[in-house]
Amino acid sequence: MKASISANERLKYFAPQIEKISLGTKAWIAILLLFIVAGGVALYQQIAIGHVVTGMRDNVIWGLYIANFIFFIGISYAGAILSGVLYVFKVPWRRPIVRIAGLVTIAAGLIGPIFILLCIGRFDRMHHLFLYPRLQSPITWDVMAICTYLVGAILYLYLTLIRDFSLYSDAEFLSIPSWKRKLYKTLSLGYKGTEVQKKQLKSATKLLAIVMIPLVVIISSVLSWIFGMTLRPGWHSSIFGPYFVIASILTGVGVIIVIMWTFRRLYNLKEYLTEKHFTYMGFIMLVLAAGYGYFSFSEYLTGWYGSEKWDSEVLSKLFDTSEYGWWFLFSNLFAIVLPIIVVALPKLRKPGPIAFSALLMVLAMWVKRYLIVVPTLETPLLPVQDTRMEYVHYVATWQEWALTFAGIATFLLIFIISSKLVTIVPTSDYIDDEKA
Amino acid sequence: MQNSDNTHGNERRDFIKLTVLGAAAAACGSAICSCGKKEEEGKKVKLLSPDGKLVEVDSKHLKPVHKTVGVSNEEARHGIPGRKFVMVIDLAKCGNARKCVTACQKMHHLPEEKEWLQVKLMMDNPESAPYWFPKTCFHCDNPPCVKVCPVDATFKRQDGLVLIDSDRCIGCKFCMAACPYSTRVFNWSEPDLPEEVAGLCYSPETSVPSKVGTVEKCDFCPDMVRAGQLPDCVTACPNGVFYFGDENEDVVSNGEETVRFSQLIKDKSGYRFMEDLGTQPRVWYLPPTDRLFPVERGLDDLPENIKNRFNDVM
Repeated sequence: MKASISANERLKYFAPQIEKISLGTKAWIAILLLFIVAGGVALYQQIAIGHVVTGMRDNVIWGLYIANFIFFIGISYAGAILSGVLYVFKVPWRRPIVRIAGLVTIAAGLIGPIFILLCIGRFDRMHHLFLYPRLQSPITWDVMAICTYLVGAILYLYLTLIRDFSLYSDAEFLSIPSWKRKLYKTLSLGYKGTEVQKKQLKSATKLLAIVMIPLVVIISSVLSWIFGMTLRPGWHSSIFGPYFVIASILTGVGVIIVIMWTFRRLYNLKEYLTEKHFTYMGFIMLVLAAGYGYFSFSEYLTGWYGSEKWDSEVLSKLFDTSEYGWWFLFSNLFAIVLPIIVVALPKLRKPGPIAFSALLMVLAMWVKRYLIVVPTLETPLLPVQDTRMEYVHYVATWQEWALTFAGIATFLLIFIISSKLVTIVPTSDYIDDEKA
Repeated sequence: MQNSDNTHGNERRDFIKLTVLGAAAAACGSAICSCGKKEEEGKKVKLLSPDGKLVEVDSKHLKPVHKTVGVSNEEARHGIPGRKFVMVIDLAKCGNARKCVTACQKMHHLPEEKEWLQVKLMMDNPESAPYWFPKTCFHCDNPPCVKVCPVDATFKRQDGLVLIDSDRCIGCKFCMAACPYSTRVFNWSEPDLPEEVAGLCYSPETSVPSKVGTVEKCDFCPDMVRAGQLPDCVTACPNGVFYFGDENEDVVSNGEETVRFSQLIKDKSGYRFMEDLGTQPRVWYLPPTDRLFPVERGLDDLPENIKNRFNDVM
């Protein structure tokens, strides 16, 4: 009995978050909707006029969209594997982080595949993927992987939410509209916290958490194989699987840190998201950045040292400051060196600097995705010999940028709306603690 | 006559069997395609079937088709039985006349800027001699493009050809990423085609008309081959650069001379481009030795925009 009272008290503390929408939040929602509308205009043009409105042409057949796809889907994987690992290994400080990780998983996991659709010439024929599937194609692997993954991830998040839904619907002091209470009641699936229910929920959650870990490794590798399986310099690399896995998790950890920092300020969660949490997440970021740095180094070193013609050509574009040199430098400095320094120095190991370096790292990792996709496509094995500049050098158009920002805006919007439906810190998760 | 009281299904099946028609009008099955002009119904037309029988077909099933007889999608995917097509390109004879490029564009109703067949100016290293390099699709026996297609829109036929079904293609462009030879092109916008071309029945064998949001490429003109003719690039070349033929028969022809394929490869040290990629192309090259023209001649009379392509090399 004591436990539920205490859980309710906690809920009272979080209540303002789900009870009302502040003016600032409304303004944010309006701004994000504007970005999404702009993306809609761009999408309309792309459908009405054709993909000719993008900067993509016969050599650079994939551009911003695919970079965004890898970026978002990678973030999603990180959310899944992080919440899975933290849950399975019963990491004591996981509680305030797992919900954020779970929401990141879903939000990014839903947006990523949209960018693939944007890149596909005939999305009116998407059903062909299921009518005439060919198992040899890495795209078929990816379709199967992402579908499986999304179902798993949504189920997993839902399972971790059931106890909270039950708590919200029973908490009479919550001043929420009746439709919302009804929604919580329906979503709680009649969970009342009986011993049988507890046991079932726990074993189901644990099972899914365990399944999610290898699943993320598999799908992240499958994603990399879309590139790795081709005979292209810069892509045809055996380490691409693990390289993508670690790059994905690193980026996602960065996103989670930034969101932790934002909600900590926004909903006054300093008591829950303590400095300790940022330090631990910082350590995870440090280890991943070091691992990612190691992979990057061995990838570029072998290409450069072996100096095969095609590898050299792509590398020379990455090293040349008149081409991608500055971006390459930025992506390595800010994704590898900066997070390591900030977390390694005790003076800088504070929520603010960690979150700031995480934000820069996330940007750098986006640039990295661009540098994986575009320079390789600008370096075909045969000379391009074309006088049309757009066929030689890829420059993204405003339509592609508008849809990119619309994707980011949708990601943030899903987060804001979710934070109005469920508490960012899983309230019911603390009940067990207090019982013990 | 004998079919006149058969069911509609039988009629259609027999009708599909009619491959080579003596008449100028060619057929395109209503089961396969519903485009083209509608003929008035009820008229019976007498036609000769491949096994020599005279059959009567309702004229509503007859539709005019581009150039040659339409084959069913199944046949187009299967290929011509018993054949193994091969091409030999003699680099010693190429002077960049670009007749192959324009003939190909005309044949497939391509705009000027879209080249399924390209002529590159190759220079392997700064000291080596540059040479003109016509490049078709290589119709590889181990095609990386076919491997990666998620929907079986691009496929390898038993006669060696790699074709695309633009009605199936979802436009993911993965095949373009996978092809190491930059052979494939994409329709970035709605193709600007005259009405009579846009209304033609599509077949993977003709690759006409182009469709927005899909991939296309050199197809070795299987419709011409079915009609017993050489592909247009072969006949258009004034210098006899291209030899096309059948590896099973061990014969290739450039329209003027017909030679043994194996002997030609042996005598002139034929090789395949980038053999080390393991794609096993069906296109062979003869090295540019004892050339017919100095390489600079290929730059004469070129329009400025095409000439500028080769600025980096010469």
